[in-house]
Amino acid sequence: MIPAPVRYARAADVHDALVLLAEPDARPLAGGQSLLPVMKLRIVRPSLVVDISRLDLRGVHIHNGELHLGALTTWDDLLRVEELRRPALSAITECAAAIGDLQVRNRGTVGGSIVHADPASDIPAVLLALRAAVKLRSPNGDRVIPLANFLVGPFTTALGAQELVTGIVLPIPEQGSGSAYVSLEHPASGFAVAGAAVLVGPSEERVIALTGLTGTAFVLPEGVDPARALESTEIFGDRFASTAYRRRLAVVLVERALERAARRAEEDR
Amino acid sequence: MPEALTLSVNGESRSLEVEPRTLLVHALRDELGLTGTHIGCDTSQCGACTVLLDDRAVKSCTVLAVQAESAEITTIEGLSDDGEMHPIQRAFVEHHGLQCGFCTPGVILTTVDLLSRDPEPGSDTIRHALRGNLCRCTGYQTIVDSVVAASGALRGAGS
Repeated sequence: MIPAPVRYARAADVHDALVLLAEPDARPLAGGQSLLPVMKLRIVRPSLVVDISRLDLRGVHIHNGELHLGALTTWDDLLRVEELRRPALSAITECAAAIGDLQVRNRGTVGGSIVHADPASDIPAVLLALRAAVKLRSPNGDRVIPLANFLVGPFTTALGAQELVTGIVLPIPEQGSGSAYVSLEHPASGFAVAGAAVLVGPSEERVIALTGLTGTAFVLPEGVDPARALESTEIFGDRFASTAYRRRLAVVLVERALERAARRAEEDR
Repeated sequence: MPEALTLSVNGESRSLEVEPRTLLVHALRDELGLTGTHIGCDTSQCGACTVLLDDRAVKSCTVLAVQAESAEITTIEGLSDDGEMHPIQRAFVEHHGLQCGFCTPGVILTTVDLLSRDPEPGSDTIRHALRGNLCRCTGYQTIVDSVVAASGALRGAGS
């Protein structure tokens, strides 16, 4: 399998990338672990791929109480950084370690995954639970929008024309918080049949986000029993996992994630 | 339209002409004759096409050849030293780490990446690291045994 004919350009910097992305059917290419498979299947046929993989958008840093993840940060990068080794951010590394396999983690990027917006991808749930926002740049300037607003539907985001995700930003949860991500993976694809991410705060307040159940990852309403909230959620089913199975599974995964996050929060108090 | 491209493969600079859509695995096999890199599933599942890009294992069916420009590429042909097998290769021979051998180049290159980060991995770590390398002969136990032996051999050589 090879992609349909396509032109290739390597962007020198973010500005150059945006200029190149003026072409209507151009697509940015980073690690390629989502884009190249769909190009090989010819589901996506860009006229031009703009290689952004060498731009200076890679890395993790903490600034003014916020965690910044560069869009080009790979899963493998996330597993190596000191900044994420705290109970409140454990869900990120827990998720990164379970993504794909070693080869995919070496190349796949956080930004690429968010933009691809696969309804079964893991990281959106984790970042939603951590109240993340997406940093975007276009010729019109920069904007930052909550991840929940960025994820519109299956493989659909609020990314504008000639716009690039430059990173993710999230508030560092206060001392005494813990997070966790628990998923059941499809054994062949490695994608989540369902996944639950939880952030537990110092006074037991909690944010619960789920993936794999609906068109996009979502946050459960606060103050409602998770099982009850999931009863009224429209969950899809397929030949691998029926709607009823996925719903029951989600309840179990939420319980496990809550338990683990609460334990981590306690360790941090 | 084929374009000129220079790749650094196994320490040698190689010039070739490829279309931008050419996958790295095809460039290596069809243009450079390095057929030790195998095509298994062609869907980034099986890991038979694994090569090292700047010392990190990647699936060469999911990388464009043009993206590998100015990176150092290592294929299975580049592991041996003057006809002498790499210690990991020797460990696989001695511990029956292969049956049909189709997945072996990919498994070995992933092992190079693993052992470069973790010189003494436990069996759970090895299995997790090799998750992206499928063996249709299902000879996983002896693959794990071979990696353990290779890690011992490399540490012995280093001390």
